[in-house]
Amino acid sequence: MADWILNRRVLPWLVTLGTFLLWEGVVRGFAIKTFILPPPSLIATTLAAQWEPILQHSLQTLMTTLVGLALAVGFGVVLGLAVGASEKVYAGLYPLMVAFNSIPKVALVPILVIWFGIGTVPAILTAFLISFFPIVVNIATGLATVEPELNDLMRSLGANRLTVLRKVGLPRTLPYFFAALKVAVTLAFVGSVISETVAANAGVGYMMMVAGSRFEVPLVFAGLVVVGAMGIVLYQAFEWLERRLTFWAFRG
Amino acid sequence: MSEGFIELDQATLCYPRSDTPAVVDISLSVPSGGSVALVGPSGCGKSSVLRLIAGLETATGGRVTVGGGAPGASRGAVGVAFQKSTMLDWRTVLDNVLLPLEVVSGPTGFRARRVEYRQRALALLERLGLGEYAHRYPWEMSGGMQQRASLCRALIHEPDLLLLDEPFAALDAFTREDLWGLVQSIWRERRPTTVLVTHDLREAVYLADTVYVFSKGPGRIVHREEIGLPRPRTVEGTFEPAFVEYVQRLRGHIVEVRETDADKEPAHG
Repeated sequence: MADWILNRRVLPWLVTLGTFLLWEGVVRGFAIKTFILPPPSLIATTLAAQWEPILQHSLQTLMTTLVGLALAVGFGVVLGLAVGASEKVYAGLYPLMVAFNSIPKVALVPILVIWFGIGTVPAILTAFLISFFPIVVNIATGLATVEPELNDLMRSLGANRLTVLRKVGLPRTLPYFFAALKVAVTLAFVGSVISETVAANAGVGYMMMVAGSRFEVPLVFAGLVVVGAMGIVLYQAFEWLERRLTFWAFRG
Repeated sequence: MSEGFIELDQATLCYPRSDTPAVVDISLSVPSGGSVALVGPSGCGKSSVLRLIAGLETATGGRVTVGGGAPGASRGAVGVAFQKSTMLDWRTVLDNVLLPLEVVSGPTGFRARRVEYRQRALALLERLGLGEYAHRYPWEMSGGMQQRASLCRALIHEPDLLLLDEPFAALDAFTREDLWGLVQSIWRERRPTTVLVTHDLREAVYLADTVYVFSKGPGRIVHREEIGLPRPRTVEGTFEPAFVEYVQRLRGHIVEVRETDADKEPAHG
């Protein structure tokens, strides 16, 4: 079997399946109560039995996550370009940015609720706030590490800064952008689910919180599995896009 | 003395945040269509002189003019090639070579003449032996081929001024000699005023009409050598006594410069 097929087609499934089997075995072997740790088989039957509400809540979470991520991309790219292109902007902004990123975003949810009320908006904003920072940092790094010779080449041709940015800066930064996007998408899920857990009336986070208060632990785990699955799908989608748009960065 | 295409009159360059100037009192004149080489030990400021001529740096003292005006003033008048080929990895070789035309003509001008430009680029790539690599990516090629592509890119917009900053330094000896021949023949055809920075004395004598020897700390010109050898010069010719004599003489000057520099270095221990 070719290594490529093994790596990309077989191993991901094999290891995931193996993990679930181990989990199932441990729960059965040690006779762990299902409200402590439900086995994967019970989570699967819960998913099948309650698929309708789970789907509704998942779509809500997917929507808030994607809107938050889109905001993070827009804001992060613009800020990253500014920070990467100008040492002054970097020097001025980095203390605030680093300080802000060090704040646990879950602590911001109550404030967002005071401002915007319980519901979709705090979830979107939390997803946005938690995921823009890696985008800013990576875009700025990509832009700031353009080889000086490339800048010299463009300047010797008489190119203005906008042309240099369009022809060199942006394409050069694209691999950094995708690297950030893959981190950001998983973080965005963390943000939206946290916010839903604290203050929402829809979404996987809300569903898990309610299920937990009723000791419906298998449903809580079903929520976790769904969030994880959505994360994998989006991550894969971005990776596919990355391979198409920045194939030149994966030479050989 | 008539005005050359490139004129440096006691030019001095001091980089910001540096106490000692990179180069001082550089006076040299290159006639239109001429070819000069700047040689000297590493760190002697020869690349700084090239940057002054390219308009990438502004002289902090003295005067620098290119084609009668400020360096870098007319768009697309300069072609440069560096030691690193600095190809854009996301573009095919052909699109890399077209880059200067895109910048010089602007988006609308480029679109209008796209077909013509592509043909011109393909012909030049063919000329430098890269015809079959036009639609490949730079990272699929060897270092020598990347350097050829870099030369294509420096020449595609038919600049009046060709600046070569050690473009062959990272290549093996045979590839280097091949490229000397190519540069010479293109220079003889189009006669761009050429400035070559190198530490390879054979390369300097092969390609240049005039060789300037630099000392370092700060960089200044210590010797000027007119190369009276007939053209076209050949690799075989580099082993003839007349050629070797030039190389030896330049080498003597550089050895002298290195010894004086060594005296200037603070004693260790």
